[in-house]
Amino acid sequence: MKLSVLAEKLGLTLLAGDPPEEFDGVYAGDFLSRAMSRVGEGEVWITIMNNVNVIAVASLTDAACVILAEDVGLDDAARAAADSKGVCVYSSGKTVYELCRDIAAIVS
Amino acid sequence: MAENITFHFDVHGDNFSSAGEASQVVKKKLRQLGFPPDVIRRVSIAMYEGEINMVIHADGGDADVTVTDEDIIIVLADKGPGIPDVDLAMQEGFSTAREHIRSLGFGAGMGLPNMKKYTDTMKIDTEIGVGTTITMTVKHKA
Ligand SMILES: Nc1ncnc2c1ncn2[C@@H]1O[C@H](COP(=O)(O)OP(=O)(O)OP(=O)(O)O)[C@@H](O)[C@H]1O
Ligand SMILES: [Mg+2]
Repeated sequence: MKLSVLAEKLGLTLLAGDPPEEFDGVYAGDFLSRAMSRVGEGEVWITIMNNVNVIAVASLTDAACVILAEDVGLDDAARAAADSKGVCVYSSGKTVYELCRDIAAIVS
Repeated sequence: MAENITFHFDVHGDNFSSAGEASQVVKKKLRQLGFPPDVIRRVSIAMYEGEINMVIHADGGDADVTVTDEDIIIVLADKGPGIPDVDLAMQEGFSTAREHIRSLGFGAGMGLPNMKKYTDTMKIDTEIGVGTTITMTVKHKA
C-alpha cells in the first residue's frame, strides 16, 4: 500500500526524512532488540521511543518509516540522524493502540 | 573473490548517540559488495546487538569483520567486566541493564539470543574482570 495514503488517512506529521512510496507490514513495540529482529524491510514501525537508537534500528532494518505515537517528538540529534540516514519519521497524536486499530481498518 | 576483505572499528563506550554506527557502515559495504538481503539482514542484526552490548555493558571495544569466500566473520572484543554466567546471559529476557539504559529502549534481554539465532556459529570467550570476545559467522554461500 502507498505510504502517502496511509499518512494522509492517519493524519500523520512528517518529522524527518523522505517517505518511500510503499509500505508492507507493521510492527509495534519499544524494545530495540525486539524491533531489530521483528521489523521487516519496508515495514512501518510504531513506537514511543524517540532517541537516536531508534533511528539506527530503523535504518538497519530498512523500515519504511517510524511512527512516533502520542505526539512524541524528535530531539535535534535524532532528527539529524534521521535526515542523514534517510530514515522517514512521522508523529501522531494517537496512541499505539489507536494507530494499530486505524491502520488495520485502512489496509483491510 | 581472491582476497578476504576486512573492516575494523573502534567502538566507543561513552557515546550512545553513535551506537550502531559500525553496523551501519558494514551493512552499507555488504550492500555495495552485492550480498543478498537476507545475508545482510542477519549480519546487521548480529553485529548491531554485539556492538551495542559492548557500548552498554563493556565501555566499548573493537569490532572486526572479515568477508571470505564462504562466510562473513564478526569478532567483537572488549575489555569489559566479562559475563559471569553465559548460559544465563543467553536466555531470552535476561538483562542486567540499568534503568537509564532501559529508558532508551535497551534491556529486553534479546541481544545475545538474536546473535545466536541469526548466525551460523557463535562463540563466547569471557573472563571476569578481563573482557569478552564474541566470534560469529554468517555463511553466504548457498
Ligand atoms: N560484552 C559484554 N560484556 C559484559 N556483559 C555482557 C556483554 N554482553 C552481554 N552481557 C551481559 O549479558 C546480558 C544479556 O545480554 P543481551 O544482549 O541478551 O541483553 P541486554 O543487552 O541486557 O538487552 P537487549 O540486548 O535486549 O537490549 C546483559 O544484560 C549483560 O549482563
Ligand atoms: Mg544487548
